[in-house]
Amino acid sequence: MTSPSTPPPAGAGGPRPVLEAHGIRKRFPGVLALDGVSLRLFPGEVHALMGENGAGKSTLIKVLTGVHPADGGTVLVDGRPHAFTDPLQAQRAGISTVYQEVNLCPNLSVAENILIGREPRRFGLVRWSETRRRAAELLTELELGLDVTRPLGAHSLAVQQLVAIVRAVDVSAKVLVLDEPTSSLDREEVAQLFGLVRRLRDRGVAILFVTHFLDQVFDLCDRVTVLRGGRLEGEYPIAELTPVTLVQRMIGGELATLDQLSGRAHGQGAERAAGEPFLRARRLTRAGSIEPYDLDIHAGEVIGLAGLLGSGRTEAARLLFGADGADAGEVSIEGRRAPLRSPRHAIARGIAFCSENRKSEGLVGELTVRENIVLALQAARGWTRPLTRAKQDELARHWIEALDIRPADPEAQVRHLSGGNQQKVLLARWLLTEPRLLILDEPTRGIDIGAKAEIQKLVARLADEGTAVLFISAELEEVLRLSHRIAVLRDHRMVATLANDGTVTPERLLTTIATGTDS
Amino acid sequence: MTPQPATSGAAGGIGRRTAGHRLLWPALVLLALLLGNLAFHHDFFSVRVRDGHLYGSLVDILRFGAPLVLVALGMTLVIATRGIDLSVGSTVAIAGALACGHLAGAARPGSVAATLTAVGLALGVALVLGLANGLLVSGLGVQPIVATLILMVAGRGVAQLITDGQIVTVTSAPYKMIGGGYWLSLPFAVLLAAVLVALTSFVTRRSALGMLIESVGGNPTASRLVGIRAGGLLVLVYVFSALCAAVAGLMISSNVSSADGNNAGLWIELDAILAVVVGGTALTGGRFSLGGTVLGALVIQTLSTTVYTLGVPPETTLVFKAFVVIVVCLVQSPVFRAKAVRRRAATPRPPTTAGATPQEQEARA
Repeated sequence: MTSPSTPPPAGAGGPRPVLEAHGIRKRFPGVLALDGVSLRLFPGEVHALMGENGAGKSTLIKVLTGVHPADGGTVLVDGRPHAFTDPLQAQRAGISTVYQEVNLCPNLSVAENILIGREPRRFGLVRWSETRRRAAELLTELELGLDVTRPLGAHSLAVQQLVAIVRAVDVSAKVLVLDEPTSSLDREEVAQLFGLVRRLRDRGVAILFVTHFLDQVFDLCDRVTVLRGGRLEGEYPIAELTPVTLVQRMIGGELATLDQLSGRAHGQGAERAAGEPFLRARRLTRAGSIEPYDLDIHAGEVIGLAGLLGSGRTEAARLLFGADGADAGEVSIEGRRAPLRSPRHAIARGIAFCSENRKSEGLVGELTVRENIVLALQAARGWTRPLTRAKQDELARHWIEALDIRPADPEAQVRHLSGGNQQKVLLARWLLTEPRLLILDEPTRGIDIGAKAEIQKLVARLADEGTAVLFISAELEEVLRLSHRIAVLRDHRMVATLANDGTVTPERLLTTIATGTDS
Repeated sequence: MTPQPATSGAAGGIGRRTAGHRLLWPALVLLALLLGNLAFHHDFFSVRVRDGHLYGSLVDILRFGAPLVLVALGMTLVIATRGIDLSVGSTVAIAGALACGHLAGAARPGSVAATLTAVGLALGVALVLGLANGLLVSGLGVQPIVATLILMVAGRGVAQLITDGQIVTVTSAPYKMIGGGYWLSLPFAVLLAAVLVALTSFVTRRSALGMLIESVGGNPTASRLVGIRAGGLLVLVYVFSALCAAVAGLMISSNVSSADGNNAGLWIELDAILAVVVGGTALTGGRFSLGGTVLGALVIQTLSTTVYTLGVPPETTLVFKAFVVIVVCLVQSPVFRAKAVRRRAATPRPPTTAGATPQEQEARA
């Protein structure tokens, strides 16, 4: 094992891990998703699995729970090797998973949901009173007072999650995997969930906890395994880490080498931020996704949004495009109030938005590169005023050449393009509408280095030409290099806005992201 | 029927490769069915001129297939938006009942004016029905299958109310022209269907309508974020579908000079859906092919004709039809073809990626 070896937590049931994975490898077409990853879970501990997007967390969980077979490495349960090929096998061996979306039936009662498939029977008939009694017993044992006869759907999402956990533990009580269980819960609900998790831990269940919320890791967990880029970064007792050191381990050590490139945007911040902003947001908020925030974006200015995944970066941006409706707060564009009720409103005011989910929210995969490129312009014109085919061909050819989209075939179906080229198609679609404000959500994620550099150059050039850009990225290096100002988000709040005047170092940005204060 | 193989062969080489592939299978299936008929009846392909009108089995397939082509035409655009329109059969019955009911009560049912009023009445009501479907789907967000199921069930009742539960018979030469007449020795219904198909094809492909429909059906979320007003498009396709069904209803009732609220257009929605699918438009929405739909409708109609020419006993007709449809669907499925090829070749590695369509194979190359 390459990680710093740590002793099992004090008070654990014994020296032997209940679940142990060694040198797990998993390859998907074109990517090595896991490269020699190891993990140890001891009875009676809450173990955090941390890592940025693409680090391999979900792949590892899927290997451990039998959703994907591993290409290499061993999984030991109670010291015996297992090779799970489906989730049922893993469940029989004692490993249960509760996902972010509750996989239960909201129309059935709580009791039915807990015991479905394992109802007490007599002569082949379900004994309903016995079912209800056992379900109530299980809930009481875990100090949850619920009416087991009510349909599950009548309860809040948080309670549904608790029921899912109770069911998972009752099915097989050795290892419980919680995959981002708190991402849609509020503070009190999280506390309720943590209470249940602690009680289960005290009963000797090993819990693997996946989350993006740093506070929760320090609040709940005993040890943490950090993955980065499909490799094991290390395994640590939580007491040895601070939020800053944890984030550093998740994001990586390349921070020191970026300085020679980061001079670009420095020093221009003040002059670009002068005068009337193009867009001004005040107390803009949406319940459950982003706390009220203020933001000014000037023409020619690049604003970076930094923060960990799930910190509310995307949610903040979506309000500025009308992709989600704001609950409160106001937006004005060039000094005039502009309620952005739908993307159409935003587009009409010169705002463009490239979603981070290129495939599900950006491109229409079945359509050709040409059609995807002209789609936004055509949508603005309406179907009765078509762009002629000659005009479409001209636009497609121009942008394929300008952004070096490959293959340079306007009639290729866009779903067959690589991630970087798909991103360029999406950029081309919005650039040809000549937006005043371009919102880019993770435009360089999952694309190769060459395409990444080209997109960064393009952003800088657009800003020089007077376009306002809101640039969202998980890569601090990129944000620091391109942005004139950086807004930092943490746990769905905008905690700071830093002028990128040369005094912002990666370390300072990191500290702000990790602690929420600009020290 | 020589044009079909020529189409697929020629189109394969030039720029419209995808279109060539798309129409290849429905065309082959149609050709196979026609040749199968020829084997049983050697004069199946013969077309004669009698009384200045074209006669023959092929002409009959086109003539009786015209209403199905129209219904399937409207259905194609609805399915392209990820929807479905189950109410077209009822709309067929209502349109026929309204037109015949009006003519039966008119002072001079044989006049052109009365016929035009009857047609206008049927189309006007169909427009309202389509509007109702479209608003249920786009305005209230009712699932298309449920929204149109309402009219599918209720519409039959409405048609019977209009005809008082009777079969209304009319005698009107101008009305008879729509479904049973001939113009320049060609069946008028076929000409009408051809003109409407050509018009629809022209409008969807020359305006941006086709692309926006495909975008909404292919990825609704992305379409919203790109600023497409999906609501208007949805209403439009349901109205269009209802109008197509109404014209089909006029053809059917005109051909038999009577309106039968109970049986006119019965199950035609299922034949139309089948025609669309056989024609290569996926029920999951997105890319649609009007040419494929026409071929698909002709396949279904040829199948019905085949049942008679082969002398299949009436009680087994539906079973026979179902069997052929299953075979057609399997032959068209790339996954099935890949499996069949793999089994025959008995090699461990299949020549094609499982699940990939020919279009995908080609686009990758």
